[in-house]
Amino acid sequence: MDISIFQITWFVLWGVLWAAYFMLDGFVLGTGFLSGIIAKNDTEKRVLINSIGPVWDGNEVWLLTAGGATFAAFPTTYALMFSNLYSALILLLFSLIVRGVSFEFRGKIDNDIWRGSWDKAMMVSSFLPALLFGVAFGNIFKGIPMRNDFVNLQFTFEGGLIGLLNPYGLVTGILFVLLFAVHGALYISTKTVGDLSSRALALANKIWPALLVVAVVFLAFTYPATKLYDNYLNAPVLIIVPIIAVVSLILIKVFAAKGEKGKAFTFSCLTIVFVVFTGVTGLFPNLLPSNIDPASNLNIYNSSSSLITLKLMTVVALIVVPIVIAYKIWVYRIFRAPVTEEQIEANQHPY
Amino acid sequence: MDVLFLSQLQFAATCMFHWIFVPLTLGLSIMTAWMETKYVTTGDDTWLRMTKFWGKLFLINFALGVVTGITMEFQFGLNWSEYSRIVGDIFGAPLAVEATVTFFLESVFIGVWIFGWNKVSKKTHALTIWLAAIGTNLSALFILQANAWMQNPVGFAIRNGRAEMTDPLAVFTNTYGIIKFTHTVLSGYALAAFLIMGISAWHLLRRNEIDFFKRSFRFAAIWGFIASIIVGISGDFHAVEIAKVQPSKFAAMESIWETKRNAEMCLLLIPNAKEECNAVEALKIPGMLSFLAFHDTNAEIKGLKDFPKDMRPTVFPVFVSFRTMAAIGTFMIIVSLAGIFLSRRDKFEDNKLFLNLMLFSIPLPYLAQQMGWIVAELGRQPWLVYGVLKTSEGVSKSVTATQVLLSLIGFTVLYGVLGAIDIYLLVKYAKKGPDSDLSNIINVQGRG
Ligand code: HDD
Ligand code: HEM
Ligand code: HEM
Repeated sequence: MDISIFQITWFVLWGVLWAAYFMLDGFVLGTGFLSGIIAKNDTEKRVLINSIGPVWDGNEVWLLTAGGATFAAFPTTYALMFSNLYSALILLLFSLIVRGVSFEFRGKIDNDIWRGSWDKAMMVSSFLPALLFGVAFGNIFKGIPMRNDFVNLQFTFEGGLIGLLNPYGLVTGILFVLLFAVHGALYISTKTVGDLSSRALALANKIWPALLVVAVVFLAFTYPATKLYDNYLNAPVLIIVPIIAVVSLILIKVFAAKGEKGKAFTFSCLTIVFVVFTGVTGLFPNLLPSNIDPASNLNIYNSSSSLITLKLMTVVALIVVPIVIAYKIWVYRIFRAPVTEEQIEANQHPY
Repeated sequence: MDVLFLSQLQFAATCMFHWIFVPLTLGLSIMTAWMETKYVTTGDDTWLRMTKFWGKLFLINFALGVVTGITMEFQFGLNWSEYSRIVGDIFGAPLAVEATVTFFLESVFIGVWIFGWNKVSKKTHALTIWLAAIGTNLSALFILQANAWMQNPVGFAIRNGRAEMTDPLAVFTNTYGIIKFTHTVLSGYALAAFLIMGISAWHLLRRNEIDFFKRSFRFAAIWGFIASIIVGISGDFHAVEIAKVQPSKFAAMESIWETKRNAEMCLLLIPNAKEECNAVEALKIPGMLSFLAFHDTNAEIKGLKDFPKDMRPTVFPVFVSFRTMAAIGTFMIIVSLAGIFLSRRDKFEDNKLFLNLMLFSIPLPYLAQQMGWIVAELGRQPWLVYGVLKTSEGVSKSVTATQVLLSLIGFTVLYGVLGAIDIYLLVKYAKKGPDSDLSNIINVQGRG
């Protein structure tokens, strides 16, 4: 078989892995940075933390898989993406580290200052990744200032951390924050009961209009700022992807307004997935474009692994990913019941 | 300070920090699974309390192992982007497989284990810790195969300005990696066993929960002894393999300057790198080194002088680390064997001398772990991929010294704080001892 079939397969998988990661970690990040706003006391905070407790680590692994897949399938992209965005990714990394330990450490010492500090740490370290991922993806859509010479293997980067904070990057960052906020609030409302659940739902309803506005700005701004629309103009059927994203976004509000939290949450999952697909479809076949020299774009053809590695990885992915999805569904079913304050007070939860 | 040096420093610091937590996870996950299985099969509550108590320490330790692991995954692209580009075709695959196959297994089932006490049956609950433990141990297999490829590159060809995989089977069955896996994973079990014995000794000295801690001690002594023996044997295999594929590392480990046949082993030896000789050589065993390396007293051992100066690793740390590790290994075999016998005696809790010895032995396997990596990684220098790619050729080009300096300072502060907290919590919960109140677990375990 021709290598391009595998290169395209891995491009699709690459998009799917990122979409899965944002869908799953999105609500953990959202729950994390909304916790201080929604929860009124320590018991409610613990309800929130225990509602994400069993799944957060498993969700974060999608990020490691997306990163690992980039490394294995498109090593040149992995190498240049990470080193060119060094400072932003170090910040992201520090946030993910702090967030991970904050769940585990918070309840281990019985002291209000201790818990309060970890609460703040958890909010900040959940907010930053949401923003930084958005900024990073905005810049990936837009392209970064790099010059790559694939013949002499010379790769140079002409940007910096400040350059990433351009208006389009920031709009994408805010888009991600609001997406995860709505997503997180809806998750909380489905996983809790009573007053806490209604407050979370109300918050989702309140944030939604802002999300809509930013989404419209993002779609409009994408036209002058990026080349993402080229693919849609060349193959108009693709427009179905952003349409699904927009329709899901509207259905979130329809169901959230009616108080049908489960359905609203389902559509916020779909929205996130299709927002990612919208961007990725526009990127194809690029993985990381250059905004100063089109010949320097990193695409699936000039940055992929060899045929053997791609085949090997395809076999592994086809066998393992379905198994992972199966046991993840089993786990979500085990923990489907909402977490209640009575359970927390009876100490039936570890965090 | 240049980017290369700072990146090396940062990589070494973050690896070694990750490695404070990883070995305990490897060992304690399996041992906790064993304890819970004992509980399920015998119904004896003490096993349940042991599962809970040692499992809690496992989880506190696990948290930092996970978050420091994310750093490891990112760093290849961040600091070693030339390396990632040049060998990603081979090196990326095991890392991606590790994430998809093993990290999911471990993280998902750990979640069920922590939160599932009152949600699934007893047997399913015990199964989840087994799956997590297997995931954890398998992850070591893939990452160590990746590392072994850097030590002994196989199954590749240089094409298109990079190393491309030609024989996946060779890469995934690299003998060097199989030995590495055995040695490393078992050294993790040994470390965990010594931690359990040490903490149990502390409690026995204070006569807390004598039954509980005696049983924990006996349990761990057996694990510790078997694991230490295998660590020693696989360590010997390691050395033999190194003599074959990485002669410059072997020469540094043993501090041999001149190439010779029938090489002797000096029990007491102090290298002098400046003069390219050994300042002290005493207590010689003739032919021993040739025998250890090639199982033939007449075999030729290559000396460091046979390598150009810039192709030699720094001798002193490699040599000292290797000796210390081997000494600690020998000590662990003897002490854990003694532990098996002594802990079966009636008045074990009165044996103050031995209990104190075990308590103060807790740091030794930790030390040996770090030393092992120093031998492996420093000994490989100046190569990044032995014989293929120099470390200086692997570093990122678009990253500046200021960026790395800042991130290094960030890591130092962040890891320093988190490490201190984690160790504080480990000590706190270790001292607190097991919960006497099982009502919470028991009433919800009724569904068994
Ligand atoms: C998968 C690969 C891999 C793995 C599992 C490890 N290392 Fe490593 N190590 C490298 C791959 C590597 C490297 C990429 O090859 C480095 C980076 C710079 C270098 O010189 O080699 C390196 C360097 C390096 C150095 C510095 C050597 C020098 O700069 O001269 C030390 C002390 C360690 N490592 C220690 C460790 C420890 C304690 C590890 C335990 C987790 C570890 N390494 C795991
Ligand atoms: C440089 C290479 C390495 C990388 C990229 C790496 C990556 C990671 C990552 C991303 C995690 C977190 C997984 C999660 O979220 O659950 C992790 C944890 C872990 N890693 Fe590493 N790791 C490296 C070195 C090693 C080595 C050499 C071993 C074992 C021999 C190892 C064993 C483990 C184990 C057992 C865990 C589970 C949790 C814990 O550490 O307590 N790692 N690693
Ligand atoms: C009993 C005598 C021992 C011998 C002969 C021995 C031998 C070795 C050798 C030759 C290496 C270098 C491998 C390389 O360069 O790739 C090594 C590495 C290592 N050793 Fe040991 N070792 C011994 C005991 C121990 C003990 C007691 C521990 C810890 C409890 C330990 C932990 C490690 C670790 C973590 C590594 C790095 C991983 C690896 O390369 O396998 N060793 N050992």
